[in-house]
This record gives sequence, C-alpha cells and structure tokens, in this order.
Amino acid sequence: MIYLLLFVEFFKIGLFSIGGGLATLPFLYHLADTYGWITSEELLDMIAVAESTPGPIGINTATFVGYRTAGPLGGIIATLGTVTPSIIIIVLIAYYFMKFSEHPKVRAGFNGVRPAVVGLIAAAGYEVVKISLLNTEHFVDTLDLLNVINYKAVALFAAMMFICYRFKKHPIVYIVIGGLIGILVGPF
Amino acid sequence: MGELWELFLIFARMGAFTFGGGYAMLPIIQKEIVEKKKWATDEEVMDYYAIGQCTPGIIAVNVATFMGFKRKGIIGAIVATLGMVFPSLVIITTIAVFFQHFEDYVVVQRAFSGIRIVVVVLILQTIIKLWKQSIKNWVGIGLFALSFVVIAFTKLSPIYVIVLSCIIGIMVMGKKEVAQQ
Repeated sequence: MIYLLLFVEFFKIGLFSIGGGLATLPFLYHLADTYGWITSEELLDMIAVAESTPGPIGINTATFVGYRTAGPLGGIIATLGTVTPSIIIIVLIAYYFMKFSEHPKVRAGFNGVRPAVVGLIAAAGYEVVKISLLNTEHFVDTLDLLNVINYKAVALFAAMMFICYRFKKHPIVYIVIGGLIGILVGPF
Repeated sequence: MGELWELFLIFARMGAFTFGGGYAMLPIIQKEIVEKKKWATDEEVMDYYAIGQCTPGIIAVNVATFMGFKRKGIIGAIVATLGMVFPSLVIITTIAVFFQHFEDYVVVQRAFSGIRIVVVVLILQTIIKLWKQSIKNWVGIGLFALSFVVIAFTKLSPIYVIVLSCIIGIMVMGKKEVAQQ
C-alpha cells in the first residue's frame, strides 16, 4: 500500500528532522536510495524548485516526492505525514508551556532565549544577503574585491528599505513588488 | 466556524508568500498576528520560534501549530497547519504537472532575485523591531552575538544555542528580575 508507506516514511521525516526544511534533506536522500521513488538528480531538481517557490521548503519537497511517487493524492499524504508529528508534539508542548509560562524560572529562561532568537533570525538574513547582495562565489573564485558587492542589488535594497520605512504596507505588497521589479529589470 | 476559517486563511496567506524558510515568515506574522489581530505579542512569537526550532518538524509548521493551538485548541492547531501547507500543495502539484525544470525559467529566476532582496529588507526590519523589544542589556547583546556567529559561521545546531541561552537566562536574568522586585 503505497499511500500508507508514504505516510509512514514522511511521518518519520517530520519526527526526526529538527531545525527546519533543509534538515529533511538527508532523510530524502535515504528515501531515494531505499525505495527508488526518485533519483538523486530529481531530488536536486526538487530542492531547487522548493527553494524558488513559496512555502516551507520541507513541505514543498514532501509534496513533490509524494506526487512523483503516487500522484496528487501521494503529495497530500506525504505532506500530512510530515506535519502530523509536529501537530502532536507541539500541542503537548503548547499545553504545558501555557501553564508554566508565567513561572519566574521559565520567564527568565525565555528572556535569555529571545536575544538568541534574534541572532538566529539575523543568521537567516545573512544567508539571504550572501546570495542576493554579495557575489560571494565570484569573490572566492577571483578574489576580486571591487565586485564582491552586487551594486545593482544593493541599489534595489536601499530603495526598498526607504519605501518600507516610508509607507509601512503589508509585507506581501513588497514581496509582489520585488518579484515584479525582478521580472522587469532583473536578474539582480 | 468563522474564526477557524479566518485562521486557515491567515496561515494560507503566509504559506503562499513566504519565500526562503521559516524565518522569512516572521514579517508576515508580525503584520497579521501581532499588529492586526493581536493574537500574540512579539515576545510570544519569539518564544514559539525558540520552541519550534528545538522540537522535531519544520519550523514554519511548528510555529503555525503553536499559534493555532493558542487560538482555538487542537482544532485550531490542525486548521492553522493545514492552512500553512495548502498553498504548497497546490503550487508544487501544479508545477510538477505542467513544468519541467521550473527553476530554469528566466522569468522565475528574475522574479526570485527581486523577491530575495525584499526578503532581506523585511528580515532586517524585523530584527530591528525585535531587537528593541528583547535586547535590553549587555547580556542580551552577548547572547545575540553568540547566536549569530555560531549559526552563521559554524555548522553547530541552533538547539545548542537556544538551550545555552536559556540556561544563561535563568542564571543571570532570573537573579536580576528578582533583585529588581
């Protein structure tokens, strides 16, 4: 029963991959090896698609592998398999978290955790900066310090920064604008 | 029913417009959940991220589940999660059916190169906002710097960073809070 197998395998991925979508990759390679549902090349392709479409990367790859294996229903089943452990585990944790979140020790702990979370966000931002505002690969290849900065991208960055401060619209508005500018005068 | 539908729609909007992982979702969460709906504070959202980072599963999904649960219990958790993954199901299935090598299309690459820059802008603004609210002393600045350096430049898991900063928080900030009272 392919659907049951898909559910179980993606349930395992949801259960054992800690720390975001890319953490699911080793498991997907394992799936490719074990069942032959997809080849490693197809998997690389899928990751590229998952990263250039909206939505969590882990969910996008689950949908993709599920679809390739067993059609549209396969995509749905693989995705549901991935999120089921999250729902069970987070509901249990949320239940206790809400009970104990006012405890002084818990509050103190989270006062320490929040600055670290801002650091994590900054690290995630830095990853995007590297690929969007800097020519890191070009620099590593040539050590060409003058062109380490992608000036065209930085210009758009500065303009968007100004517009965001000035107008405070919904983030989705800016994402759409960014996409349109990219199509019209890109690639950056 | 009305509120569940609303929950579904809000998270579906996030799923449809989040490019580049769980943290890229934050600006939309701040706008929709914190500012408009006032269903959670910025501090709470940061706590959910910390927990979502340390527990199994995809961070964006964990955070959606957490918020859904807070709002409407177990049903809310399920509805928010389904909302979050719904756009992915539709978009990825469509691409898988109609396009081969979707990522090679010039228009996709161009659009995406513009979107990535906007994502940097949005993340930077989120950091500035959260910094003001959560980093109030040198210990906080130290924890921020430690976390950024470890995650950006080493391959260590973020879990260690969260656990360590939690322990430091209990040791240092706990005492301070007691002393202030």
